[in-house]
Amino acid sequence: MHISAEELKKNAQLILSEIKDKTLSNKERTAIPLQEMPAQDPKVRINNMEEVAEGYSVEQALVESHRCLQCASAPCIEGCPVQINIPGFIKAIEEENFEKSIGIIKEASLLPSICGRVCPQESQCQEKCTVGKIFKDPNKSVSIGRLERFVADWEASEAKRSIPEVKPSTGKKVAVIGSGPAGITAAADIAKEGHEVVVFEAFHKPGGVMIYGIPEFRLPKKIVEDEIETLKKMNVTIKQNFLIGRSRTLKDLLEKDGFSAVFIGTGAGLPKFMGIEGENLVGVFSANEYLTRSNLMKAYKKDASATPIYPSKKVMVFGGGNVAMDAARTAVRLGAEEVSIVYRRTEAEMPARVEEVAHAKEEGIKFKLLENASKIIGDDKGRVKAVELVSFELGEPDSSGRRRPVLIKDSEQVVEADTVIVAIGNESNPLIKQTTQELEVNKYGNIIVDENCKTSMDRVYAGGDIVLGAATVILAMGEGRKAAAAINKLL
Amino acid sequence: MNRIILKKQLSDDVFMMKIAAPHIAEERKPGQFVILQLDTDFGERIPLTIADADPKEGSVTIIFQTVGNTTHRLSSLNEGDKIQNLLGPLGQPTQIKNFGSVVCVGGGIGVAPLHPIAKALKQAGNHVTVIIGARNKDLLILEEEMKAISDELIICTDDGSKGRKDLVTAPLKELCEKNPKPDLAVAIGPPIMMKFVALTTKPYGVHTVVSLNTIMVDGTGMCGGCRVTVDGKTKFVCVDGPEFDGHLVDFDNMMLRLGSYKIKEEEDHHKCHLDLQIEQLQKNS
Repeated sequence: MHISAEELKKNAQLILSEIKDKTLSNKERTAIPLQEMPAQDPKVRINNMEEVAEGYSVEQALVESHRCLQCASAPCIEGCPVQINIPGFIKAIEEENFEKSIGIIKEASLLPSICGRVCPQESQCQEKCTVGKIFKDPNKSVSIGRLERFVADWEASEAKRSIPEVKPSTGKKVAVIGSGPAGITAAADIAKEGHEVVVFEAFHKPGGVMIYGIPEFRLPKKIVEDEIETLKKMNVTIKQNFLIGRSRTLKDLLEKDGFSAVFIGTGAGLPKFMGIEGENLVGVFSANEYLTRSNLMKAYKKDASATPIYPSKKVMVFGGGNVAMDAARTAVRLGAEEVSIVYRRTEAEMPARVEEVAHAKEEGIKFKLLENASKIIGDDKGRVKAVELVSFELGEPDSSGRRRPVLIKDSEQVVEADTVIVAIGNESNPLIKQTTQELEVNKYGNIIVDENCKTSMDRVYAGGDIVLGAATVILAMGEGRKAAAAINKLL
Repeated sequence: MNRIILKKQLSDDVFMMKIAAPHIAEERKPGQFVILQLDTDFGERIPLTIADADPKEGSVTIIFQTVGNTTHRLSSLNEGDKIQNLLGPLGQPTQIKNFGSVVCVGGGIGVAPLHPIAKALKQAGNHVTVIIGARNKDLLILEEEMKAISDELIICTDDGSKGRKDLVTAPLKELCEKNPKPDLAVAIGPPIMMKFVALTTKPYGVHTVVSLNTIMVDGTGMCGGCRVTVDGKTKFVCVDGPEFDGHLVDFDNMMLRLGSYKIKEEEDHHKCHLDLQIEQLQKNS
């Protein structure tokens, strides 16, 4: 049953009148009901691209903040890749001092309005939360991410966004390659020290995966654009349509163009395919391509955009991560009649955020678990007409600690589909390595760095997915921050 | 940035443009391409091979045929107009060295990207024979330019209005039958032409390089939309190519993939023609 934002707000008002200005015991705090995230009605939202999660009302945020026990040990902070003072910012919400709250978050995180929306909180801060431990369910933890988003959005709506202070110019220049989460975090931290920063972006719009990958309905592009604007106001130059490795080599930046240091934050960016028959048929896409067409190129605005997107009726998405959910939910919004997510393990092993899986189900997406494709079948025009699926059962745990899927013999079945979207992750883009021989990479092509994000080359640092393999926005941000600190120390 | 310095119409639907793009001009090598987008918000990104570059002037030259929405709109721009987004140079450059004797085969618009390659091969000391083909003499491009840089130029037209009334594969076959046969063939043109060039040279064991132009979005390896099957393996034209061993490319699959958005393209093409007509009428009135 869908509960409207209005009702959630009313319920919160009632609770608030009971708890406000009272000294609450821990028992009373844990008895406060968890505040659900208001969301667009699934029946409505499958026909639009607007944000699904609508954000807490003030009342809901206040109620939720009272659920925090203010543990002295603060295990949640440990779970945060950038160590935000979580009890601190929640306490400030409880005190209705939102300005103080956002200030506390910004000491550690540059992009709270983004992280509040896309972080996998249930496997980070909320996994460690004492309230969740009491209920033996991390989904009942204090909704740290929702509260983070609340104060970040409050700041944006009050037009209180402050431009971080920038020290007087040092006359030194730093190049940042890539304008995704790692790049923009590093750029901001380096610019604050008074160094001149130039961010190089291959696409025509900056923002990296937050612009081309994550859909509007999960992360409105306006939010990312605002972050980029802030960066520009800090005297950071963004050079679009510029591919380091081709438009200019990394070595030329250091040797000819006067840059004192370089940060590489180019992301993962080379889609993996399944290596099965029929994968190059018409109607098979990487999730990167499908999402880029829709998000960056705005193909969902069919009348305005010159970029086409495949007209799909029956879509099968392979993978169990956030990208798979994003692709499937985009297909629904583009008018597909039947969309399935096919994953070779079970829901428990899915790397996607719990909220995304729940939203996908509410939107009518089918989950085919313990199944995978063995062959894609085309018609006489080379277009996808069906997929042969095979079934699995879970065996012993593998190196990732997840139980390994074991193929069940003779389980082949042919299922009709006209579109296949492959969302099984990315490999690292080889371009910079190819054009910079000295740069050391591991067998997966990820750049090797030390504890300060320094690469095998002097004055060259790297962070984010190009180092970690495919990971998350917040981890990339954390790396960008660490590398920026090292670069600032070097200069 | 990206101002159109010079525009020339080479035939009915083929245009040449020289665009100010200093950093691309400086880094570009034969065989590489650019991605062009006319409108940042809603424009499409299309790959176009670089026909020539002048680092001193800071310009690159593109030659294109009006086939879709973007190329039609591009052809309606004039000298002084700006192209919003131009990314490059992209792709692996052509391997240029002294192979001995090389035959360069160009069809239609493919003659444009072939020209800098043939020129560089000639400069590297190769004996260069160029075969260029078109449906008729009005559609032939860069004839003089090719003549200037080749040892021998063979022209073929489908209707015999200029040169031989033959497909480019006919003189190519004759060259392969000669002793010594060519050491290398380079072919750029419509996929169907490259397919038959590869089929022609294969029995003679003449190594054949083809340059592929597929659907792309980013052009940097991120989307995989450009992928082709080469020797049974998936390759990305944007980062692994654009040049591949013609004897190993699955051209039939590539041609099917090029038709992925045919229906939408045809609708847009129609709409685009109407829009351009309206614009023209408004200008005239």
